[in-house]
Amino acid sequence: MPELTTILFYIFAFITVGFAIIVVSTKNVMYSAVSLFMSLFGIAALFLLLRADFLALTQVMVYIGGILVLLIFGIMLTTKITDAEIKTNNLSYIPAAFFTTGIFVILIFVLYTTKWNQKTPIQNEETISQIGKALLSSYVLPFEIASIVLLVALVGAIMFSRKK
Amino acid sequence: MVELNYYLGLSSILFAIGVIGVLVRRNAIIIFMSIELMFNSINLSLISFSSFLGDVTGQILVFFIIAVAAAEAAIGLAIIIALFRNKGTVNIDEINILKW
Repeated sequence: MPELTTILFYIFAFITVGFAIIVVSTKNVMYSAVSLFMSLFGIAALFLLLRADFLALTQVMVYIGGILVLLIFGIMLTTKITDAEIKTNNLSYIPAAFFTTGIFVILIFVLYTTKWNQKTPIQNEETISQIGKALLSSYVLPFEIASIVLLVALVGAIMFSRKK
Repeated sequence: MVELNYYLGLSSILFAIGVIGVLVRRNAIIIFMSIELMFNSINLSLISFSSFLGDVTGQILVFFIIAVAAAEAAIGLAIIIALFRNKGTVNIDEINILKW
């Protein structure tokens, strides 16, 4: 009988990968957005399994609450949902398959030939206080720069989408 | 017990799916979603390293990646909407005015 965490890992991994495949394969852009939503939820659950509670919440709030709503607005502004999906010419499938298989084989090769340095994970320790301390001591400058990046992106997005 | 390798394997599968999406699909919004999938696969591998090393630095990196991804989403969708307004399409094969 496998452990509960193992069963949960397989369930969430299956959800994530299955919906990710739907994202890239379905003809309807709206189905694709909804599948991305499920896939991102699966990844948030995997973050919880890895004891990254703060980032699981951040993932749900930023990706699902922010980016996905923005994406659905983008879909509704750019395509009519009943429209036929843009056709892909068949020529691009073969190089794409070669390229992707190459990347995948390299990643798996590196994964199994590297001796990863790992300890046994510490159980039941909250990460929020650790992240907060690190963000306001060692990583203050990147933290402030991130706020400036977000401000500039906001202003830039408004500039782009405004009518001339 | 789920090992580190399982998470890294899942992360590389997700990354490969994202690469397929970017290379095969012609709709700019689907390409955008595939890029988000690749971001998430990298976040997953960073968090698994962080968790299996007992070090919080990887999670801080993921925090910054999420912040930059939010900025990238806002700008990218604004660009796609501006493109649609000017060209009337989001098919990247028809957006070729920079192609010589």
